[in-house]
Formats: sequence, C-alpha cells, structure tokens
Amino acid sequence: MNVLRKKIYMLAGYNTISMGTGRNEFHPKKPRPGLEHYIQEAGQATLKMIGGAKNVDEGVIGNFMASRFNKQANLPAFLPMIDAGLKYKPSVSVEGACASGGLALTTGMKSILAETADVVLALGFEVQNSMKAMYGADVLAGAGWQKTRKEGHAYFFPGVFSDRAGAYYEKFGREITRKAMAKWYCNAIENARLCKTAQEFHNTNMDLEGTANTPVNPRAFVDHLNVFDCSKVSDGASAIAIVSEEGLKRIGLNAKDAVEIVGFAHVAADITQKPEVMTGLTTMKVAVEKAMRMAGITIDQLGTVEVHDCFSIAGIMAIEAIGLAEEGKGPEFVLEGHTSRCGKIPVNTTGGLIGWGHPTGATGVHQAVTIWEQLTGNAGEAQIEIIKERPYAMSVNMGGDDKSLVAVVYKRGE
Amino acid sequence: MDLIRKMENVSVLGAAGKMGSGILVLLSFEMAKLKIGQKEDKDFVLNAVDVSQSALNSLLGYVKSQLVKHAEKNIVELRTWYEDREDLIDNDEIISQFVYDVMEMIQTSTRIETAYDSQLIFEAIKEDKALKVKLFSQIKKNNPDAWFLTNTSSIPIGEIEKEAGLKGDIIGYHFYNPPVIQKLLEIIKTDHTNDDLAAFSVNLAKSMRKIVVQSRDVAGFIGNGHFMRDALYALKLAEELAKTEGWAKAFFLIDTISRDLLVRPMGIFQLLDYVGIDVTRFILESMQPSFPNEKLSHAALNQLFDNEVKGGQFADGSQKNGIFKYQKGRITEVYDLENAKYVPTENIEMDCAALLGELPTLKIYWKSVVRDVKKADHLKKFFNELHQIDSVGANLAIAYGKNSKAIGLMLVDTKVAESKADVNTVLQTGFFHAYGPINDYF
Repeated sequence: MNVLRKKIYMLAGYNTISMGTGRNEFHPKKPRPGLEHYIQEAGQATLKMIGGAKNVDEGVIGNFMASRFNKQANLPAFLPMIDAGLKYKPSVSVEGACASGGLALTTGMKSILAETADVVLALGFEVQNSMKAMYGADVLAGAGWQKTRKEGHAYFFPGVFSDRAGAYYEKFGREITRKAMAKWYCNAIENARLCKTAQEFHNTNMDLEGTANTPVNPRAFVDHLNVFDCSKVSDGASAIAIVSEEGLKRIGLNAKDAVEIVGFAHVAADITQKPEVMTGLTTMKVAVEKAMRMAGITIDQLGTVEVHDCFSIAGIMAIEAIGLAEEGKGPEFVLEGHTSRCGKIPVNTTGGLIGWGHPTGATGVHQAVTIWEQLTGNAGEAQIEIIKERPYAMSVNMGGDDKSLVAVVYKRGE
Repeated sequence: MDLIRKMENVSVLGAAGKMGSGILVLLSFEMAKLKIGQKEDKDFVLNAVDVSQSALNSLLGYVKSQLVKHAEKNIVELRTWYEDREDLIDNDEIISQFVYDVMEMIQTSTRIETAYDSQLIFEAIKEDKALKVKLFSQIKKNNPDAWFLTNTSSIPIGEIEKEAGLKGDIIGYHFYNPPVIQKLLEIIKTDHTNDDLAAFSVNLAKSMRKIVVQSRDVAGFIGNGHFMRDALYALKLAEELAKTEGWAKAFFLIDTISRDLLVRPMGIFQLLDYVGIDVTRFILESMQPSFPNEKLSHAALNQLFDNEVKGGQFADGSQKNGIFKYQKGRITEVYDLENAKYVPTENIEMDCAALLGELPTLKIYWKSVVRDVKKADHLKKFFNELHQIDSVGANLAIAYGKNSKAIGLMLVDTKVAESKADVNTVLQTGFFHAYGPINDYF
C-alpha cells in the first residue's frame, strides 16, 4: 500500500507516570500498583476525552512480557476492566518486544483502514519493576533470539548495544561518539524535567555532563556503556484513540484536536540473524523510508521526531537511520545541537526512553501521545514551536536489536 | 605451600554469631572462587561450628541470602564461571546453581571434633580466653597442622598461643562488624606467628578485598585500643557533668558533642549501645591485665550493667535499649542513671542546647561531608571556628578531639600501630570516621 486509502486520526492521548528509580514516589521495597492500575488509568483517561466507552468499537493492547514480569497472559480480557462499557467488544493484544506499542498503533490503524472500526482504543503498558534489573535482563533478553542468550552478557541488551557502541567507536572515533552520547543523555534529562509524567522529572542533578561521562565498569556492567547510556526499568501505560473521519464525528471532536496519520510502515527482520552492519540500524532505515514514501514528504519537513533511544548509541544510530545525518555523522549532528529542544529538529521532546522512561510495551504509544501533544499544542511546559515549514512529525519504535520496526508520520489534523 | 589444600577443609568456630556468620559467608565466597571459578577438582568443606543447633539452622538462611546478594552483584563474572553449563542460561538459573553449589560445601556441626579435619580454624566465639585456649589446644592435639585465625578484638594473641601450645600457628584476624560489608581487617602477628600463615592471611584478605592494617599484639589492638579509651574519656566527661546536670543530660550532651561537634557518624554512647554495654565491659576486662598502670573500667558502666541496661542488637539488626531508647533508629529517650529510668529526650533538649551555648555558624554533617572531595576544607573551616568559640559545648568538643588524638599518638608511640596513617585508617574504615584522630584540627 503506497497511499492511505482513508484518513486516520489519533487523539486523546494520555501517559501515566513512568514509575521507577528517579521518581520520588518510587521505593523499591514498598508495594506498588500492578498492571491493572496502569491499564485502567491510561484507558479511562482516553475514554473520558472521547465521550466514553460507548464510542469505542474495539481495543488493542500492546505489551511485551507481562507473561513473565507479572505472570499474566490473556491481556485482551483486560480491556473491559477499563470500563464496563467495553464488555463484549473486540479486543486483541499484540507483541513485538519493545515495539509492542508501535504494533498496537498499526493494528488500530489497520482496523480503521479495513473499516471494521471507526474508533479504536490503543493502549500499551509494561510493569517491570516486579523484578530486580538483573533478573529483568533475562526477561528482556526475550527480545533477542533465545539461542543466543547463553553467549550473551548478563545484562543482555546493554551487552548487545555495548558491542554496537564498540564497533561504532572503532569505525567513527571513540571520543566524538562518547561526547555525543553524553550530550544525548543531557538533552534527554533536560527535556524530561519539563514533563511531569517523566521518570526523570525529579532529576535535580547539577552536573549532568559529569554523570553522563561516568567511566564504564565492565566488572559490574558492560564494556562500552555506563548505566546512564541506558533507559531505565519502568512501569507505565499510554493510551490514545485511533479514529476515522466518521469516528471523529461520533466523538464530537474537531480534526484540529487530532493528529492525522500521513504514512506508516511496519517491517520485521529475521531475529535469528546477526545485524548486517554493527554500526547502523538497517531495518529502521527501511521502515522510515517506507513511511516517508507513503507520506510523500521530505526529511526537511519534519518538525520533531520521537526516536527509540533505549541506549544513547541507539539514539545516535537512529539519527542516521532516519537520514538526519549521514552514516558516521550522527555524533556531529547531535553535538551541534540540532536534536536539542531549540535545535533545528527537536528529538524526544519529553525525554525519550532515557529521560521519560521505557515501560517497554507502552513506548510506541507513548511516542504517539507525545507527538499528538506537540502538534496540537498540548505539551505544556515541554511544548516546542512547530513552524509552518516543518509541520510533520515522526515516531520510530524498535523491538529488539533492529528487528521489529514501526515508523509513523503525523501532521496536525485540519 | 599449597594454599588450596589449606582451603579444602575450613572450620569457623562460633559460626552462628554476629561475626562468625559474616566470616563464614566471606569464606564461602573464597571457596567458591576455587571450586567453581578456578574449577579446582577437590572436595571443599566449610564447617559451621556452633554450640546452638537452632542458631545454626537460622545461620543457613542468612548465608543463602548473602550468597544471592553476592551472586547478583557479581553476575557478570558468574556467567563466565558457568559458561560450560549449557543448561544454565538465564541469570536466575546461574544464581540458583551458584547458591546451591556453595551451600553444598557448608556443613553445620555442634561438635568441636568436626574441626579436627580442618586445616584452617577461624574463631569468632565469645571473648573468653580460657575457652579459646581449651578449644584450640584440643584441636591442635588432634590436628597438629591446623592454623588458627582468631577474631578476638581484645585478648593478646600471644597469650592464647602460649597457653594452647600453638607455636606460631596462630594469627589475629580481626574483622569489623558486619564482616561482609566492613572493609577493614586488623591482622595481628604474635612474636612467633609462622611466615607462611602470615603470608596466607594477607593474601586471603586481599582476595576478600579487605583493607589490611597490621597491629602489634597488644590487648585491644588499634581499633579497640582507641575506641575503649575514647569511651572511657566520654564517661569521665559525663560523670563530671552529671554532678550538676544529672546523668540523663550528661549522657545526652556528651553523645551530641561527640557526634555533631566531632562530626562522627554516631555519638559515643550510641556506639556503646550498638556494641553492647556488656560486650564493652567484657572487652575492657580482657584488656585490663595488659595495662596494669591504666584503669580500664568505669563505675557508670558497671552500674548500667547491673541495672540490666545492656544495648546490643536484636537478631533483625534493630537496636535494643541501652543508654538510649530508639525508635526507627532515632534516639527518643535517655537513661537517667541515678533514678534508673528513661527520660524522653524532648524534655531535656532545650536545656541541653542552652548548656552547650554558642556553636559554629557553619553547620556540617558527617553524612554529607564523609564522601565530599573537599572534606578536608570543610572540616578545617568548621574546627577553626570551633576553636574560636568559648562555650561549654565548644570547649568540651575541643578537649574531646584532643584526647582522641592523644590516644591515637599513644598507640603509635607504644608501637601498637606501625604508623599514624594506620591509626587513621582503622578509625576511618573500621569506625567510618570522616577524618582520623591524628590530625591538625586539634
């Protein structure tokens, strides 16, 4: 499909707090809300904005590993728990590791395109503080091929991206890359401080750069990344409504309150294969190109991007995969300030995965919510200026090591 | 000398106690390095020997929890230890196997005979010289090759050696509480300690990543040598104050001064509660014979003991009532010795503050200063200001700091410590002081 055969809108986005270390409310040893709380909070907030459950035709729940983090499956049946009005409505759950949220979006959009629904409630969640990080690492390793787990690092995914960082240092220079990774962290925290649901909202560190440059400690962690290069362990949920033009009428809202989807792509690569190149995200590149082609726009028309920075090095590689910088020039692009909130293309305006948080199954939806907020002027303190020459935005959600990819291009509804 | 052979069969006497359990855990880590890490094809045995079977049973729970913590912290290395085990894939599988493998090496026993098979005997029983001598000589008779590493903090090692007929096969191996966490280890050689044992002790300590300070074999060594005299001085100051202010205020004031104005992690009387009034008395009693010209006791301490005010901790680590009562670790009441009852601290706080009088305007706290890179500057400014104030609080604090320094210098002069730096290391690592007693502040 090269063009969208029907208009699709998203609106009424909502993010819960991304709960975990860094939040003042978080105490690792005290009981915390379970997944029910997060699903309900996000779902109910979105329902409230669209006139209630009666307006919803179906629901999609994105989640990665509730089966292990919370020993819970059959997630579709949590939809009616949000609101009794959703009972007996179709509900499905989708999984594609950290791109599960993105899959919730594409699944909802396809229902709109297929005309089986006019209003879809799309929700993503993950509650992963149920385990200590080192045991959680085993669970998250499920985003890679299980047959490679044994040879992998104790912290499996940090290990995977540490290897990528090492390869990148070798090819393009350690010093500049390291500097850019530190800058990436600083940008993420500064943006998160403007968003009250962000995990790093309470961060008051005066010396972000010093923290970002914490030396690596391969004895306790990985070879080429420090913990600040990594997104944290998070609990959270995000929800958004995906609607057709008919759906907009039904809920009685204006297209201006929504973002319109102008292109999207969903691609998967073989999980049993090693990356084609260690220094680039080739699957992401394909997804972005397809989405941009469908949108029929150029990169210069993008006003903001939400990228999947599960690790700072992944963020920099994403900048290259999207085409904002040439191969090997991502660090320069970041260091020149182009991705910071006053730069030419603000990236991850509420902190991204490193700053806002990474409740894995929620992230794809969270990205869409952030873009909806920015394009419709609902981003509060974190609001950036969207200039008319750059009215579009894009979100890129990645599952595993460049394996499941979802890219979506948006503009404000008219 | 085959060190691995020495580690093949090890006993910890008093293994269920506070110190013994920690030493057992540390030794289990070391055996794991040999058995699992270096894949030494030997049967390793770690005997946990104690008089109480029920205490040994609960000990195993503690050891397991410590092994899990250790494994979690060292998971990167553990994965390499088990890289050949294809059935162990996830971190939790590897951690479970590690705990299982280590626990398999540990055997509990209430019979001293168990230790006859051991090449190494770590001892952490109560501070009772006669008992130590009895057990050691019994083991030595049945196993002439055994080496003894005693955790005594106060009894001269040479005396035990002589009385038990150990002929150089003993060394002082004094851990600080809790041994798993505390970095400091005092090693005390006797005049005869054999060189192999001495070298082994240092290597083992390094492998355990401890900071080693060698102390001369003089009762109390460096740690208690300073702490006990520091505490006696505090009691002397309190006794003086009690004459006019009563004991409750006296305890409270000196404790406050030794904590806040000396910038220490806890006040001296809280520390006595932590160690235990009974244990403190015991240590002093075992030190006394070595210092006939010094009075190592205090009437107030004896009276507290007689009134059943003993301090120490419950099994869960919480503080028992002592000179103070505590709620969630905070001091809430203080013992009034002459009336044998506790007084809420809020009733006397205002009076005590008035008594202390003027204090430095610069406020610094142990908690914030201890890890500060500019620690020395802050402390210098603070103590300079303290010196310029003429108030009861400031004068007592200066006197206290000077006395602490004098004790430290005495330990160097009498060669208990090899250097001033060693004294400071012991107080800074073993007692978490922000600065050593031998300094230019006093």
